[in-house]
Amino acid sequence: MEEVKLMKGNEAIAHAAIRYGVDGYFGYPITPQSEVLETLAELKPWETTGMTVLQAESEVAAINMVYGGAATGRAVMTSSSSPGVSLKQEGISYLAASELPALIVNVMRGGPGLGTIQPSQSDYFQATKGGGHGDYHLIVLAPATVQEMADFVALGFDLAFKYRTPAMILADGVVGQMMEKVVLPEQRRRRTDEELRQQCPWAACGKDHRGHRNVVTSLELDSAKMEVNNLRFQRTYAEIQKNEVRYQEYYTEDAEYLIVAFGSVARICLKAIEEAREKGVKIGLIRPITLWPFPTTRIAELAKQVKGILTVELNAGQMIEDVRLAVEGSVPVRHFGRMGGIVPNPGEVLTALTEHFSLTI
Amino acid sequence: MKEEIVIAGFGGQGVLSMGKILAYAGLMDNLEVTWMPSYGPEQRGGTANVTVILSDKPISSPVLDSFDTAVVLNQQSLDKFESKVKPGGTLIYDPSGIHHLPTRTDITVVAVDATTAAIEMKNSKTYNMILLGALLKLRPIVDTDAVIRGLKKTLPERHHHLLPLNEQALRKGMELA
Repeated sequence: MEEVKLMKGNEAIAHAAIRYGVDGYFGYPITPQSEVLETLAELKPWETTGMTVLQAESEVAAINMVYGGAATGRAVMTSSSSPGVSLKQEGISYLAASELPALIVNVMRGGPGLGTIQPSQSDYFQATKGGGHGDYHLIVLAPATVQEMADFVALGFDLAFKYRTPAMILADGVVGQMMEKVVLPEQRRRRTDEELRQQCPWAACGKDHRGHRNVVTSLELDSAKMEVNNLRFQRTYAEIQKNEVRYQEYYTEDAEYLIVAFGSVARICLKAIEEAREKGVKIGLIRPITLWPFPTTRIAELAKQVKGILTVELNAGQMIEDVRLAVEGSVPVRHFGRMGGIVPNPGEVLTALTEHFSLTI
Repeated sequence: MKEEIVIAGFGGQGVLSMGKILAYAGLMDNLEVTWMPSYGPEQRGGTANVTVILSDKPISSPVLDSFDTAVVLNQQSLDKFESKVKPGGTLIYDPSGIHHLPTRTDITVVAVDATTAAIEMKNSKTYNMILLGALLKLRPIVDTDAVIRGLKKTLPERHHHLLPLNEQALRKGMELA
């Protein structure tokens, strides 16, 4: 029988990483995600699966350890929170340019700057629009439950290896810090060297049977070749956009107004929607699970059915830009958000709905 | 069945652990559970609160604007959460250090002097378990047995010799309420 456990989202990520058979975790503590590293240290996976867990001297060192590990074809990851993830951006750009799979976890806190340690979603732009320099995208997964925190470790790695591009779990402080029930995945063993050589023929792990060495680099000084590289990256991104859009809908069948929200905020909105429906006001919710690729097509379809769309975010209005691009001006799109670590409650969402769309709830 | 609870007080009073024990008890009783702390630089002396939801149906928002039950352990928490108890709900407070008493008449207000009771038990660490006992007497949302099993889960094994004392504190709280 499956064992149901009670744990924090951050702890679930650590457990799920071990069970996926991750080869290496490299991180540096920062609130509100320090439990990832703490839990790994407590579980001592180096004694069981052989997973390396290392507290680096800084976030920059950690992401470059991920770069090195990923280049050898290993399943490697790092986690941090907003200011720490800013520090990692150069390394993330290099990972993308070197077409390397890796998992980066950002449990967002309020910014800009050192900001606050309370929950936020203000790194949406950074995560979905590149973040570092150059034309690249990450696959960005937004968990709303502790179960998804656990499940998206495997999903993130599977997608990263499938497309040879880094993936990010973009969580917020709420889902990182809250406890709820979770069923952890089965324990998988780490890949053997032989499996790795077969599955990752691009990996830099010695000449071996190939007779030549693989070189992993993001540098290409010949512009003609660098453009070819860029075109290849873009083809990969187009494939991801075609195949990997994920979202969840609630009460959309008969919705007259639509809320778009991701992560823990989607759950706050769901409670508000249930209260509104008790009073006969038909609101629906779409929760993008992949923030990149974004569920553009589905939101455009829903826009034909509703009179207005409200995005609710823990920021000044970031995802709203993608919603507006999706609906191309066909319906009014409004924003409600709290910043600086403040999390709105369902009542505030209801008030925002009534104000923006002159509803009586 | 759905119970939305907030527990609020000073850091160090056992607010978060009390919520945790309640959450584990809910897990033992096969309920859906969320435990959402106000985390942060909230160490001993600062304010701390936790929202615990127990339900037999899936839980949407872990963040709430009103509660069925509030357990408040200092004046700031009383001032903040008294108005957020739903009409007909329950407010439990520790009267020590309270200067402005709760005034609402549309809710059940119960004073539980856990501070004095903990001194009587000669162990200040029984404080939160006394309050949890009072909460469970007034709102029997989970089995007392499930609470003991929940406590066993949250308490490291080296502290398991303290289980009887905690059970005693739980019963004491039930008597007080």
